[in-house]
Amino acid sequence: MRDVAVIGVGLTKFGELWDLSFRQIMMEAGARAIEDAEIDGKQIDAMYVGNMSSGQFIRQEHISSIVADHAGLVPVPSTRVEGACASGGLALRQAVIAVASGIHDIVVAAGIEKMTDVLTGQATGALATAADQEWEVFVGATFPGLYALMARRHMYEFGTTEQQMAMVAVKNHHNARFNTCAQYQTEITVENVLKSPLVTSPIKLLDCSPITDGAACVILAPAEKARKFTDIPILVAGTGQASDTISLHSRSSLTSLRATIEATRTAYKMAGVKPDDIDLVEVHDCFTIAEIIAIEDLGFCKKGEGGKVTEQGETAIGGRIPVNTSGGLKGKGHPVGATGIAQAVEIVQQLRGEAGKRQVDGAEVGLTHNVGGSGGTAVVHVLRRSD
Amino acid sequence: MAVPRFWREIPNRYNLVGARCGNCNKVLFPPRYICPYCRRMGKLEPYRLKRRGKVLSYTVVHIAANGFEDQAPYLLAIIELEDGPRLTAQITDCNPDEIKIGDEVEMIFRRMGEESQDGVIYYGFKARRI
Repeated sequence: MRDVAVIGVGLTKFGELWDLSFRQIMMEAGARAIEDAEIDGKQIDAMYVGNMSSGQFIRQEHISSIVADHAGLVPVPSTRVEGACASGGLALRQAVIAVASGIHDIVVAAGIEKMTDVLTGQATGALATAADQEWEVFVGATFPGLYALMARRHMYEFGTTEQQMAMVAVKNHHNARFNTCAQYQTEITVENVLKSPLVTSPIKLLDCSPITDGAACVILAPAEKARKFTDIPILVAGTGQASDTISLHSRSSLTSLRATIEATRTAYKMAGVKPDDIDLVEVHDCFTIAEIIAIEDLGFCKKGEGGKVTEQGETAIGGRIPVNTSGGLKGKGHPVGATGIAQAVEIVQQLRGEAGKRQVDGAEVGLTHNVGGSGGTAVVHVLRRSD
Repeated sequence: MAVPRFWREIPNRYNLVGARCGNCNKVLFPPRYICPYCRRMGKLEPYRLKRRGKVLSYTVVHIAANGFEDQAPYLLAIIELEDGPRLTAQITDCNPDEIKIGDEVEMIFRRMGEESQDGVIYYGFKARRI
């Protein structure tokens, strides 16, 4: 198996991009990554595109062909990868495996979602298809509702508070202000979050990540060839993926994602690291409680203390373990299929020292954590600066 | 939901019929077609679950799922049944402020929604505090 490195990254503005189509944003992210890698498109051997639900959002399936077609790269093999909100992370993993195996050299891992061409109700309905249609959605479950069930139980078992959850949103909005690609550029307060409309108790509107258009792209190469393209190759030191039951109710714990724990174990082992070795992380904060649960499951604090360490500022930039420096899904936006790739873009920029005002000083090892559905899929990558 | 898709699950939704594995004796609900513990060694047979359980977690849904707008705000919960399986269900006939984790409930037959004004009516289970 060959070592794999990231040689280029690209990201579009995240937001409600009324004036841009699916095809335009995908090409924009791709072109930026190709320019960043200083390669020619003709050098690309294969593409993996993470996308949750173009069929529901723009009534277009078979986007693998569209991406290769509009990039002017036919007949390069192009494959769509779907795992709900983890689609991007899964596409990255497939691309890593393709390079590591020796089958391909220069491989694109992209992610995209164009979510605002449908009404909000249609978009949330589309997202709900990541839950169990027969036994969750049929009885009236919504996506925020499932995370609210986790949040309520987390509060019951560990004393986590609504204020602590709100602090996740406040921190991530703050970080997003230093990210020009982020959907939100405004600070919010704990009071703003607590007074925002109830969606599904205890989750309020400002506990939720938004509906977002956006695309992201990274370009991979075998590590031994990476120096030809970049001065600072970022090694994909570990990759891990795991599955769990599609229904939240079928799991033994409502306050922990087993898929995260298993994927993390695999990725840490492959990279030869432990939580203490990680300098910063991008976690899947689709709701504020999800960040609290994630930092526990990733091993950055004891189970049940995610709210407390957030309150103590340990997850802020400058804290013990900065979480979601990009703004996360909450502040940067959550174009579902693009999210897993956008997380990798942030970690690469941080490890290169290119993150500007949100830079984590001396960052050498970073981690991405991407979840599908309420935890039926999780994928974790460990990235390391390798100059 | 297409009529056949709903019709296929009627025994499970109306009568809380799941499965019991004759090999490991575990009770499974919602229904499965392979025992996840025994896999090919499993011997699944239909099993009608006892209707009592307790609340593991709950939420009051204000922004309703599509098709449930006229029911909002409604209580949604994860219930652990006496036989062991857990399921997601609405809690009905209850003031949302009164529910607590650990409350005992029984599963009851209720109207869930309808396809359209002239379409099929969906029935299924909700929970009610004992």
